[in-house]
Order: sequence, then C-alpha cells, then structure tokens
Amino acid sequence: MTAMTPAGDFRTSYRADMSLFATRNTRLAVLLGVALLALLPLPSLIRQYLENGGGLAQSYDDFLAVFDIGRYGLGLLIQIGFLGIAALGLNILVGFTGQISIGHAAFFGVGAFSSAWLHDHGLPVLVCIPLSGLMTTVVGIIFGLPAARLKGLYLAIATLAAQFIIEDFFARAQWFTGGVAGRGTEPPALFGFSFDREETYFYVVLVAVVLMFVAAANLMRTRDGRALIAVRDHYLSAEMMGINLAYYRTLSFGIASFYAGIGGALYAHYLQFVSVEAFNIGFSIQFLGMVIIGGLGSISGSLMGAAFMVVLPEVVQAGADAIAGGPVDQALKLGANISFLRDMVVGAVIILFLVFEPDGLAHRWRLIKAYWKLYPYSH
Amino acid sequence: MDWNLLLPLLLNGLIVGALYGVVAMSFVLIYKASQVVNFAQGEFLLVGAWVCWYFLTEWHLPFWAGFLFTMAFMTLFGIILQVVVLRPLIGEPVISVIMATIGLGMFFQALMKWIFGVFARPFPPIFATERVELLGLQVQPVYLMSLAISVVIMAAFAWFFTASKHGLAMRATAFDQQVAQSLGISVPKVFAMSWAISALVSSVAGVVVGAVNGVSSALSFYGIKVFPAVILGGLDSIVGAVLGGIIVGLLENLAQYVDATWLNWGNMYAIAPFYALILILLVKPYGLFGTKNIERV
Repeated sequence: MTAMTPAGDFRTSYRADMSLFATRNTRLAVLLGVALLALLPLPSLIRQYLENGGGLAQSYDDFLAVFDIGRYGLGLLIQIGFLGIAALGLNILVGFTGQISIGHAAFFGVGAFSSAWLHDHGLPVLVCIPLSGLMTTVVGIIFGLPAARLKGLYLAIATLAAQFIIEDFFARAQWFTGGVAGRGTEPPALFGFSFDREETYFYVVLVAVVLMFVAAANLMRTRDGRALIAVRDHYLSAEMMGINLAYYRTLSFGIASFYAGIGGALYAHYLQFVSVEAFNIGFSIQFLGMVIIGGLGSISGSLMGAAFMVVLPEVVQAGADAIAGGPVDQALKLGANISFLRDMVVGAVIILFLVFEPDGLAHRWRLIKAYWKLYPYSH
Repeated sequence: MDWNLLLPLLLNGLIVGALYGVVAMSFVLIYKASQVVNFAQGEFLLVGAWVCWYFLTEWHLPFWAGFLFTMAFMTLFGIILQVVVLRPLIGEPVISVIMATIGLGMFFQALMKWIFGVFARPFPPIFATERVELLGLQVQPVYLMSLAISVVIMAAFAWFFTASKHGLAMRATAFDQQVAQSLGISVPKVFAMSWAISALVSSVAGVVVGAVNGVSSALSFYGIKVFPAVILGGLDSIVGAVLGGIIVGLLENLAQYVDATWLNWGNMYAIAPFYALILILLVKPYGLFGTKNIERV
C-alpha cells in the first residue's frame, strides 16, 4: 500500500469534495459489499441446479448449505431492497427537503398498480417498472402542487388527504386495480429468461437498488440537490439566494413519488399480486419510521431503516416463538396478537429513536466507524 | 329532493359534526398552546372510551363513577404523555414532533386492539332507549344527549378561556411564550395542562361515541377527520374548529345524500371531507378564522 488511509477528512480540492466516496477504501468497501450481495443467491442456485442435473456429493452440498440463506432470507433482502428504494424517496422529501408526507404508501401502491396495469397492456415488465415510476410522479405532483406552496405541516395534511383519496380510488377503480379481487401480474423476463424466483428476482432488485441509490447520491451533488437542502435548512435564505421554493418543493415531491413508484413496481412483480388493501396509512407510517430510524437526510440510512423495519417483525416473531407456551405467552395471548405487538414495537421504536437517537442508525454507524478508526486510541 | 331522507341525514350531520367540533377543539388547544400537531388525537378518544367501557362492564361501576374515573385517568394520561414523550422534543423540528405523535397513535391503537380485541363492543345502556319526537323526526335520546354534551363542553371551553385564571394563562402562553413567562406563568405547566385538558375532552367525546355506536378501533378515525375540520376553521382558532367540525359533519352527510340519490359511487361519506381538505388548501389555506401569517411561496 503506497498511500496511507487518511485519519480524517482532508480534502484539498473542490473536486475531491464532490466525490461520491470520501476515500478510496470506502469506494472499495461499497463495491465489495455489492459484489458479496450479488454472490448471495449463488449457493442456493447451484444446489438446485445440481439437484436437477443429477447427484451432488454430500460434502459439497453440506459446504454450500452453510452459505445458503434460503428463499426466506433472500425474500427478506428483496423486501429490504424495494422498501429501501421507496424509503430513499421519502428521505429525499423529508430528510433533504424538510417536507413531510403521510401518504407514501399510497404512492407506493400507485406504482405497484400502474406497473401491473401497464404490463397487462402488453409492455414488458422491465419497461413497466420505470414507466410506473413516471406515472406515480405525475400523481404525486398533482397532490403536491396545492401544498408545495405552503410549509411542511400543510403538506403533511394534504398527503394525509391524498392517502385516503388514493386508497378510495384503488377500491373504486376496477379497470385499474381489479377492485376488491386485486390484480395479478407476472415476474419480469429478459430474452426469454424469467426472474420468477427469489434467487433470480434478487438480481433485478439489486440492480434497481444500486441504480436508484447512486442516482440519489449524485442528485445531492448537483445544484438541484443542494437547492433542496437549502430549502430545508432555511427557506427564507434559500429564496433570497434565488431558489424557487415552489419549484423545488414540487420537484422534491415528484422525486419522492418516482422512487415510491419504482419501489411499488418492484413489489408488484415480486409478489405477482397486488391487493387493494395493502397500501393503508399504517404502511405509510412504516415508511416514515424507516426514514426516522435510518436517519433523516442520510442516503445509506434509508436502506438501514428499511432493513430495520423488515427485520424487526422477524425479531418480534422469534421472541414470541421463543417463549411460546410459557406462562408469559399464556397470560398475554401473544400468539393471536402478534401483529398488534409488532405495531406497538414499531410505534415505540419510532418514539425512542426520536427521543434518544434523532439522527438515526446512520449516525450510530458513523460513531461505530469513528471508534474503530482510531482503535485502541479512541480517546 | 327527498326531505325524508335529507332531514335525518342533516340532523345526524349536526350531531356527528358537533362531536368532530369537540375533538377539533381539543386538537387546536394543543396546537395553540404547544405548537404540536397531534396525530394521536383519535387515540385519546379510543383510550378514553375503552377505559370507561372497562370500568362499566368489568368493575360494574355506575355510569357517573366510571365516567369520573375515566376523566381522572385521562387527565393523568395526557400529562404523562406530555412529560415523557413530548417534553424531550421541545425545540426539535416540526417533523420530529409530528412523527412522535404518529408513533404514539400507532402504539396506543395496537395496544388497545391487543387488550380489548378488534371487535366493537357495546356500552351498557346508559340513557333511555325510547325514541323522542323532534321536528317530526324520530330521534334516539342518546343522540340528543351527545349533542347536549358537545354543547356543554363548548360552553365550558368558552368560559375557561375567557374567565378562568388558567385559561387566561394558556392564552397568554399561546400569544407569546416569553412574555407569559415573564408574567410568572409556568410554561411547562401550561403545556402539560393543555395536553391533560385535550385528552380529557377527547375522551368525553370518545365515551359519547362509544355509548352510541359501541367501542372499537374505528373511534380513532375521529382523529383523522379532525384535519379537514381544523384546516377549514383555521389551524389555530377554537371557534373555527367548532364550526369546521360541524361543517365537516354536515358535508359528510350531504355527500352521502348526493351519492345515494344521484351518483351511486359509494363511500363518498368517508372521502368527501378529504376532497374538501385539498380544495381548502388550494383556495384558502388559513381557513375561515385562522391567523393569516402563513408564508405563501
């Protein structure tokens, strides 16, 4: 190694200040992380392939089984992926622009339904996904326009109205959503190869996550991205510096809707069925929870928040299973009420994070990194 | 025009609207005093109604005793929420405070479902059930009672804020915190008191609705219906909140009538206030009586 890793943030040029990754090592770490993620479905794929194509030595199978996280694990990662994309959109709105939306799940649903609807009209799924993002953007801007002229609180209330109006629309618009029965759809396919299993769909989501997160990171380096942050930090000063507040608030809302739409489309083609009831206000609150827990105004935090929100119910479930049948379980009737327990934990976690760690997991992660950077001389 | 259908709907709108007005009033109280937008207002109704239900059916208390216990409980509940959750968040951005109340709402809704189940449970009969004749309409006395209670609460609010010492202290705090402090008003106490009163008044509305329709988690929807009402009335006006609530109640039932007679879309009852909300935000965002200091951009 010719150059040592700097022990701090020593940028000497504007060019360096604008780089996506602070140091070469962070860039390497991120690339390595993505590469490792890309390897994850492989053990499962190989095992299935060899099982179909004939025998596999037991010892090899045992070896691969160690790294095989299974369909369930991959399914969780896929969920983290599409929820993370939608949460990132919300974070651009809430964390970077300082506007609040309580209707994100409705826009997520618009994306899911429009992708399924477009696919029914003969478009290939991989075209439907970005198109549905654009459709959601249009819907988002329609609802964002009246409120974009006003301050954050009013957007919160307008999006609350949007949540109920869109939910009502879903239940009403048979042609678009399939009504109460819901709408089925197909997995994406490319050159005749169908991404119809967790092992293969994982790659679709991974590519989408990388694209969307790099796009967001780049957005924040542009004039527009800095304008959004200026609007958040002090809207009067921003306006004096020539930033058109209404334009940037609407833009931010449009971007948030676009991300929600993409996330929703990925959700639709993963489950291959979209139900009308899925996109309720509780889901919207979960998105807000992801953003708060992950860290307001942090790009990587959005993914951490989504991961937290996906893993949390699993942990609650595991905890409940561990004491199942015991006296505590009998007294509290955990088995039948596990979904309420999950909601309670989510609500409590949101409050606890707001009170004790308002900067979210992203901040905690920075602290952990800072601690190890100078270990053992951190103090 | 089908008056036989319209008149009961309008009366129903007035009764429900008065209840919305009461809840909206307690929402505005918190907003005015502590600048907190309370998304957990509906859960106050829910918790209050369930607690009262519990006292009445499990402890077999007479109604007045159960009601008094509920009011005492809700006062404590409001104070504890303010001190434990909202006080540490003073000075944080609006988003954090809003999120905290949303988290509270989620928490208590799930908790109530866990403890009391998801199905609606009826209150033990409190008022006489014979119907009364009013303006040629058959009306259940429960509804009249609920209207009367709403009016009493509103009158009590009016008295509290114009004549009582604490009410004046609260208005002073809402007007200017620093000046209020310099006059010897304890701002933290005022904050706690506003939450206590808000929880108390909302829970009365919750008990009334519960006595009429049975208690279920649908009660918390009142907390969401509050938003069209307060935006219509102006976010920081108590009179506006009452009027907004009544208008939203009437609007719902009119939408129901229009829907049933001509449109046949279904569900307009629940959704019309939100269309109205978007419209008001477009045309007159500070509402009927709100302070016109919203910066438009």
